[in-house]
Amino acid sequence: MTATTPALELTDVRKRFGQTEIIRGVNLCVQRGERHAMIGPNGAGKSTTFNLMSGRFSPTSGSVKLNGEDIGGKPPFEIYRMGLSRSFQITNIFHRLSVFENLRCAVLWALGYRYSFWHRLSALRDARLRAEEVLELIGMTHRRHAQAGMLTYAEQRALEIGITIAGGAEVILLDEPTAGMSRSESDHAVELIRKVTVGKTLIMVEHDMSVVFGLADRISVLVYGEVIASDTPEAIRGNPKVREAYLGTTLDDAVEAA
Amino acid sequence: MATMTGTTMHYRPLNLARWLIWGFTALVMAVLPLLFPGGFAVTLLSQMGVMIIFALSYNMLLGQTGMLSFGHSVYAGLGAFIAVHVLNMIGAGKVWLPVSMLPLVGGLAGAFFGVLFGYVTTRRSGTTFAMITLGIGEMVFASSLMFPDFFGGEGGISTNRVVGEPFLGITFGPGRQVYYLIAAWCLVSMIGMYAWTQTPLGRIANAVRDNPERVEFIGYNTQRVRYLVLILSAFFAGIAGALSALNFEIVSAENVSAVRSGGVLLATFIGGAGVFFGPVLGAIVFILFAVALSDLTKAWLLYLGLFFVLMVMFVPGGLASLILRQVPLIAAGRFKRMLPSYAQGAVAGLLLLAATILTVEMIYKVQVDSANGTAMSLFGIGFDAGTLAPWLVAGLLWGVGALAWRYAAARVRAMLETGGTA
Amino acid sequence: MEFFVISLLNGISYGLLLFMLSSGLTLIFSMMGVLNFAHASFYMLGAYLAYSIAGTIGFWPALIVAPLLVAGAGALVERFGLRTVHKYGHVAELLFTFGLAYLIEEGVKLVWGLAAVPYRIPPELDGPLFTVFTSSFPKYRAFMMLVSLAMLLGIYLVLTRTRIGLVIQAALTHPEMVEALGHNVPRVFMMVFGGGAALAGLAGVIGGNAFVTEPSMAAAVGSIVFVVAVVGGMGSLVGAFIASILIGVLQTFAVTIDASAATIFAGLGMTVTDATPLSSLWKLTVAQVAPVLPYLLLVVMLIVRPRGLMGTREG
Repeated sequence: MTATTPALELTDVRKRFGQTEIIRGVNLCVQRGERHAMIGPNGAGKSTTFNLMSGRFSPTSGSVKLNGEDIGGKPPFEIYRMGLSRSFQITNIFHRLSVFENLRCAVLWALGYRYSFWHRLSALRDARLRAEEVLELIGMTHRRHAQAGMLTYAEQRALEIGITIAGGAEVILLDEPTAGMSRSESDHAVELIRKVTVGKTLIMVEHDMSVVFGLADRISVLVYGEVIASDTPEAIRGNPKVREAYLGTTLDDAVEAA
Repeated sequence: MATMTGTTMHYRPLNLARWLIWGFTALVMAVLPLLFPGGFAVTLLSQMGVMIIFALSYNMLLGQTGMLSFGHSVYAGLGAFIAVHVLNMIGAGKVWLPVSMLPLVGGLAGAFFGVLFGYVTTRRSGTTFAMITLGIGEMVFASSLMFPDFFGGEGGISTNRVVGEPFLGITFGPGRQVYYLIAAWCLVSMIGMYAWTQTPLGRIANAVRDNPERVEFIGYNTQRVRYLVLILSAFFAGIAGALSALNFEIVSAENVSAVRSGGVLLATFIGGAGVFFGPVLGAIVFILFAVALSDLTKAWLLYLGLFFVLMVMFVPGGLASLILRQVPLIAAGRFKRMLPSYAQGAVAGLLLLAATILTVEMIYKVQVDSANGTAMSLFGIGFDAGTLAPWLVAGLLWGVGALAWRYAAARVRAMLETGGTA
Repeated sequence: MEFFVISLLNGISYGLLLFMLSSGLTLIFSMMGVLNFAHASFYMLGAYLAYSIAGTIGFWPALIVAPLLVAGAGALVERFGLRTVHKYGHVAELLFTFGLAYLIEEGVKLVWGLAAVPYRIPPELDGPLFTVFTSSFPKYRAFMMLVSLAMLLGIYLVLTRTRIGLVIQAALTHPEMVEALGHNVPRVFMMVFGGGAALAGLAGVIGGNAFVTEPSMAAAVGSIVFVVAVVGGMGSLVGAFIASILIGVLQTFAVTIDASAATIFAGLGMTVTDATPLSSLWKLTVAQVAPVLPYLLLVVMLIVRPRGLMGTREG
């Protein structure tokens, strides 16, 4: 692995469900330390691409490489162990456990405890400290004992991000982290994302253009299962193909409306 | 208790509560046979002890990891069979092992079969997993007649637990000595299974229960987690099986039957799968039904089934959840105010219970037991089930009970909603 | 040869009976996500009710009335039982039907007693239909096949030709969407559950007198029906059909084969004596192993092809 090996590289990735090809040859390259956003109209296949990157689906053809290693067909837990962690668009937390327990579960593998049934959880200082660290980062220290299923929507989204980053993965995938949030909640979330992804590679699916343009170093536009443009925010803003893809609304309008 | 780590001092208070609770439990177990002397009581307590271990082991799967199994008796039963063969070998002088250590053999046997069958069963989850466990359970039961050397055919394998040199005068002949052996293993198993819930595997198992998919995305192989939990659960089930073998001195195909698997499911669920001590409660209630009640009435399984179905429909958290629901009330000082409405509910419940018992016992008498005529007695009152009068009484009890229940239930609900001020 | 044909026909008739049971189970599972543990209990109810009705007004009326009564019972169970439990999730529904199976079995014991009841084949259907050399094929088996096939055709026609059938088919895969379109899905559920119960009840009416009518009949048939459902693939009627016939024929043939592994060894020139290690294993005849075969098939299927022969849903 050299300094120029991209953190994540998709080469002509295709995904077919039955007869329908959802992902029709995606080429994507995300460098280490980059903040990369994936945008596109609904149904373009952004979540599917995420699922292909994180192991939830395996590509029908083409290659997905994490730090130069092919991860196509590997199960999610193997990909996680290789350093890629993702969040979910629909909150996917452990609803009967407390906030603190949620985070502690998320750090156990990274700290090497694996399937141990001979360690006493309460005695594991490193797990506790790391979980408390993440708790602090996501601003949920005051809610550490709350049952995760009882949190407000925004709190659950914050926990979702917390679980994703707790293990210390180098490549973070966030699937619509600000979905359903108000303006102020979104701003909050953006600050959180900025904080927790310092020095990491971030790939984000987002609809909220202000979030995208505020955070991203580079943007890829996905339309009908293909990447039609992948460039800096400024270049994307001026790209005619991208404007067309948003069905007449210019990107400026979308940004202004946001 | 202070420890020095580097330059900082950390204080960790001794977890007094933990020691107190387990100490108290041990004390209760030690004292029970003195409070309830007599052969029958000791047998009852012994069976409760075994069932507690069995139900707790089952709850490692159900309540802790979200795995519904219909074939758990396989591990307890096969553990019992191995234990009984080993015990016979001890008796024949072929093997040396203190009888008190036999449950460990059962446990290891259970774990072995957990490794074997678990490999197949844990490949799927949810309803499919439940069906596979049913299939494997039936398979083992059906094969019991095919291997008479191991399963002992129709009669099973019998044994004698009074073998080897007595240790400090303990031969395990008398029932009371067996009880204390069971109680000791029960305590150890309870502590072991509780401790497990406080380990990484235990907590990740909870995570698998709550969200099996997400677990994969925090680095864990969900299937591997389930497999390991099943092996541990089978280990404790095997301990229960071996203790059962010691208690009854016979093991037969019934030990691996669907009836036993169903029984532990019922017991665990009735007690409450969501709380650690729930299955303990459920095991006690189950044995009371199965052993004590079965002496009083032939229809005990019907009552148990009714109880179970009502629990599923109205109190899915089990008896433990009913108890726990009172804790915040007690803490807020509102429990006393609930008592009148609870009492009303209890009265209504008793009326309905009386109606149920009367109806069931009368039907039983008339349909099944009429060889000696239809005269019968309940709670000391004699009557003739062939006449109309008792049926009218039953109908009356149903009617009044139903009305009283609706009233009381509404009262309780109102009281709970308004925080006890209605 | 004639023995083979007769056994094959017997196996098919048993398989068709299994299909009557597993089709109802599959329909209920596909639509409502509920695995009805009490399905075989409805089978038992059908048999017992038919026995009582046939005892008073005859077999032929019982053939109609008993399944209707069971359908009513099923509808009541769905309306007052399942619907209450639905909000607690699939596991609770499964446990409810599990408890219900207990209740029905105990209820049957309470009303009809612990021993088997003499539910007989009606005299006009008793006796051989045709005899090939020394083996005869009973009239009643043919009757069973006829009823099963008629019922199959009935289901097929209802599902594909009637409006309600279309709604059911849609609700099989997309219940929420169907409800959003304005159909009374809870009522449809009640009908499907009642219908499934009726199918099981009908199977009981014709099966109870061919085999034995006793309180343990539900448990005996119940587990085989689950094997059929899983092997065929949860949620696939075609799969259930194939699996039913397969297992029906397998069971019927297996019970008649007296060969064992020892026989094969003997054919190869090795004799198995009592001194041979694991001798009791080698001397097991296929007939003795027969009860285990369906479960063995289940285990193998679950290892090799977990979604069953034709399954789409994994449950």
